[in-house]
Amino acid sequence: MNMSMNNNYSVTNGSIIRGKWHQNTYQVICLLGSGANGKVYLAEGKQGKVAIKLSENSMGITSEVNVLKRLSQAQGSALGPSLLDVDDYFHPILKKNLPFYVMEYIKGDHFIKFIEKRGIEWIDILILQLLNQLDHLHRIGWVFGDLKPDNLIVTSNPFEIRCIDVGGTTRLGRSIKEYTEFFDRGYWEMGTRKADPSYDLFAVVMIMMNAVYPKRFKKNGTGKNQLFTMIDQHPYLKQRKTILTKALLGNYLSASEMRGDLLTHLSLKRNQKSKTHTVHSSKAKVKKVNTSVPNRSYHHKVRKKRKKSGVFETFFILICIALLYSLYIFTNIF
Amino acid sequence: MKKGTLKQILLLTDGCSNKGEDPVAMAALAKEQGITVNVIGIVEENVMDEEAIAEIEGIAMSGGGVSQIVYSHQLSQTVQMVTRQAMTQTLQGVVNHELQQILGKKSTIEELPPEERGEVMEVVDELGETVNLEILILVDTSASMASKLPTVKEALIDLSISLNSRIGRNQFSLFVFPGKRQEVECVLDWTPKMESLSSVFDKLKTGGITPTGPAIKEATQNFQKKRSLRSLLINDEYVDEQQL
Repeated sequence: MNMSMNNNYSVTNGSIIRGKWHQNTYQVICLLGSGANGKVYLAEGKQGKVAIKLSENSMGITSEVNVLKRLSQAQGSALGPSLLDVDDYFHPILKKNLPFYVMEYIKGDHFIKFIEKRGIEWIDILILQLLNQLDHLHRIGWVFGDLKPDNLIVTSNPFEIRCIDVGGTTRLGRSIKEYTEFFDRGYWEMGTRKADPSYDLFAVVMIMMNAVYPKRFKKNGTGKNQLFTMIDQHPYLKQRKTILTKALLGNYLSASEMRGDLLTHLSLKRNQKSKTHTVHSSKAKVKKVNTSVPNRSYHHKVRKKRKKSGVFETFFILICIALLYSLYIFTNIF
Repeated sequence: MKKGTLKQILLLTDGCSNKGEDPVAMAALAKEQGITVNVIGIVEENVMDEEAIAEIEGIAMSGGGVSQIVYSHQLSQTVQMVTRQAMTQTLQGVVNHELQQILGKKSTIEELPPEERGEVMEVVDELGETVNLEILILVDTSASMASKLPTVKEALIDLSISLNSRIGRNQFSLFVFPGKRQEVECVLDWTPKMESLSSVFDKLKTGGITPTGPAIKEATQNFQKKRSLRSLLINDEYVDEQQL
């Protein structure tokens, strides 16, 4: 459907891409994917297997390169792929220069496919990883923007979540550059498109929704009520309702705060599993009072343990005293 | 550097013009006056005829803007994308013009080495975020558009969410063609709040001819009127795009 930009700038498998400025050569292996802003090819370079993004849109490529450069400057952030080369390729058929950049090839399964293969319990783990990386990104002044499962890849050994498309990454405080309706706060009429940490956290919730509703769903009527209904209709989401609601309403100030709440919820759940008969009542409690509840019940258990060990302690001291006393009497007799 | 104002016309239509001046010529005239013309062609399930597509591309080409043909269900995101792309394209044109003046030859951003290109792009990004925007929305209300108007309304409200998230200021205005009495009618005068168009939209009636050419002409003149009015009121604030 794209009429303003023709998409005939593809390159055939096996052809060689040589950069105009740096003279590096890459042999194209196959097409990995194509989007609104370019095509990504798997290729063989002198570094081994790499991914090359090629586009007609010079400005789009340039601004993505700018983001990748910034990300690589920030240490400990493994969110995006690392940038290897930026150059122009003279397309022999179109007879013009096409800008491209070369990045690390991230091999793995797409997020939704991975969940389908490995099971729903992986959602929490991957989301915790994602929140950690988002926290890094937010701390250095950027918001990911176009966060969606299609842009997330899970690598194996170790299983780790990575983002492959940084096209939507926007500076804090600006307007979001690129987004996808289902994951966009503005589409659901639940806020602006201003880049702040809570914009990404909204998308994180929608990713969790997408993980249990692989077909997604369309907006009808007011977005807010519909999203809350969808949360109630799936047990996985319903168990995490307080956290999801808070994130959807934009009440988390940072990714680490949301991560903390999710972790607390998971540790509470583990406790519940050992006491299956109380699951129902404590779930009702979670709904009424928010995150303070898990803490309280945890304390409760500790206190019980302490009481048990207290009895043991008194017993021990009594025995000791009795032993010492008998020793004293013993020595007095002789 | 003083912040300039970008002037854009966003035309939403579903077919060929059939009355008045040639819309392609009118778009070229608008471009000469520093106004970019962007066109979004909306199609239902059946594909639009080639003549209409050619006209839509022609208008955007001679108006220095961006064109896109979409199914009505994809409209929201497209309106947002086309507007952003058009802004970047216009700003890029301005920056290219500056580059040619500094470097003295026919150099554009594309001809710079990739490293320097990145620095120029940051400037374009910065401008796109902070520049003031005047956007005149021109909606085709001929008979065939009847079923698409609710989607158009949604898309425009969605656009206002995106634009209001920018740092720069925005002014919107809404024109429809054909109007009740005239060929073109202003239904919402310049305002920073585009949300107010939702009430206007429900009253719109469709029917009649498609005078695309006269509509673009009228829209261009409206920018000029606004300019003369504003220059009377606030003399120093107005900076032309070329002086950016």
